[in-house]
Amino acid sequence: MAKETKTLNLNFGPQHPAAHGVLRLILQLDGEIVEKADPHIGLLHRGTEKLIENKTYTQAVPYFDRLDYVAPMNQEHAFALAIEKILKIEVPIRAQYIRVMFCEIGRILSHILNVTTQAMDVGALTPTLWGFEEREILMGFYEKVSGSRLHANYFRAGGVHQDLPKGLDKEIGKFCERFPKIINDLELLLTDNRIFKQRNVDIGVVSKQDALDYSFSGVMLRGSGVPWDLRKSQPYDCYEQFEFKIPVGKNGDCYDRYLCRIEEMKESVNIINQCLANLPVGPIKTDDGKISPPPKKEIKQSMEALIHHFKLYTEGYRVDKDEIYTAVEAPKGEFGVYLISDGSSKPYKCKIRAPGFSHLQAMDYLIKGHMLADVPAVLGSMDIVFGEVDR
Amino acid sequence: MQNIQDLEKILNSELNTKIKSSLIKHNQIYLNIDEADLTEVILFLKTNSKTKFRQLIDITAVDFPENEIRFKLVYLLLSHEFNQRIIIEMDVKEKEIVGSITSIFPAANWMEREVFDMYGIDFKDHPDLRRILTDYGFEGHPLRKDFPLTGHNEVRYSHETKKVIYEPVKLEQNYRNFDYESPWEGTKYIKEQTKE
Repeated sequence: MAKETKTLNLNFGPQHPAAHGVLRLILQLDGEIVEKADPHIGLLHRGTEKLIENKTYTQAVPYFDRLDYVAPMNQEHAFALAIEKILKIEVPIRAQYIRVMFCEIGRILSHILNVTTQAMDVGALTPTLWGFEEREILMGFYEKVSGSRLHANYFRAGGVHQDLPKGLDKEIGKFCERFPKIINDLELLLTDNRIFKQRNVDIGVVSKQDALDYSFSGVMLRGSGVPWDLRKSQPYDCYEQFEFKIPVGKNGDCYDRYLCRIEEMKESVNIINQCLANLPVGPIKTDDGKISPPPKKEIKQSMEALIHHFKLYTEGYRVDKDEIYTAVEAPKGEFGVYLISDGSSKPYKCKIRAPGFSHLQAMDYLIKGHMLADVPAVLGSMDIVFGEVDR
Repeated sequence: MQNIQDLEKILNSELNTKIKSSLIKHNQIYLNIDEADLTEVILFLKTNSKTKFRQLIDITAVDFPENEIRFKLVYLLLSHEFNQRIIIEMDVKEKEIVGSITSIFPAANWMEREVFDMYGIDFKDHPDLRRILTDYGFEGHPLRKDFPLTGHNEVRYSHETKKVIYEPVKLEQNYRNFDYESPWEGTKYIKEQTKE
């Protein structure tokens, strides 16, 4: 007797907790085996690129916080670098150190969230509770330096908005002393955990060639054994002054990607420690009055400063006609800004290259032939945040 | 790292008739090509052992409504081996259909869909050219310069019909675009006068 088979269409999301946001995934199932996955994205589309075209360069910075909202400053960094390259601004060394330090804090923020939620997707609750306690402290640093815990709006073309408040460097130092132990605790819970390994080892394997073809970057690429990190290969700001290693995976599965993230967190702590040990003194933004606003005190006395202040906060600074692509190594991969300026104070075009967009695109290729229960595991290991995928 | 000047020379000698112009700026190579040569150029850049641009970073378009050839398509490629980036640009007319490169780079699939969604540029032989970021049943192409910032429709939950409904945008106050430029140097008519 011939067995009757029927494929089942399943709507996964957009309100599923393991969809990491608002992903609508249409799965074609044969029994429990996934035959095809069709991700529908755009449910969080806010038209960021259109909005940026209608705002001045200064006003555009906060939109970058809202892309990958778990590591906001890394995105701002790409935009600031793009403007700086066009305008050929020298960034003071102290500002570079502060930016690197906060980018690494962003990396830890993002990796904690990803590692622990990935664990939660496959059934472990405790890592989330432990990890989020640390995220809270890190967001406290964000708040102390910029005034808000998430949407920092801190980096500027030519430096950062304001200097570190007194004592913050010591606090960050204390955190860095304590944090390796927390990573250790998380590893004790997960790395050799039988269930965690059963759910992740050999799941969602990406070969080297496919990782390149599908435009993977960041941990997704390194997990498959390609040693590529923009901080090393195309160093921006003062990254070349630091010593750190690039962890690389072997098998390209979900488990290797988890291990890479854990190791990267340790390296980030290492970089922050080096920043703190050598933090130079000096200005924190360029002294070019046409680009960075004058200190409040001067506005009261200097006519020049008052004019600059007024012009910067109404018209904004102008950026010469040019086009440029700059990329940074965001926690999720290569985050790039393709900027076209036309000499006015608003960008003519600002294309945002989000790493998650290309990663999610490969969902169909990654999940084909896997079981339904592997969908959250694969999705978790891709490190998807919808703010940046949908833009 | 291969020298960027050498790389530009190699490109110009190997692809000489296909390149309209090339330029090195910000440590990146900018190529300008014809639409008809796109697949050949991309395939060459990907497979040639001297270039090895194995990764497609992004595809995007730029709208210049005042130009005769309205759009500019931009392809960004990266070579890990030589640590170089290349930006390929080509001019595309409004209703022109462009060849898809999904057979060369599978990653181009969604990127081309996004360009189609945002700018309305069609791609030939694309396996699945649907809208990607905008709403189901959306009309228009939002990143075109003539598309209004506020859009055309707004969405709200209607208590009467007990469902989400679409309505034309009603604004309490129009979006105002202030001209902050200095009147003695920025305003348009003065700029035109000083040019002469």
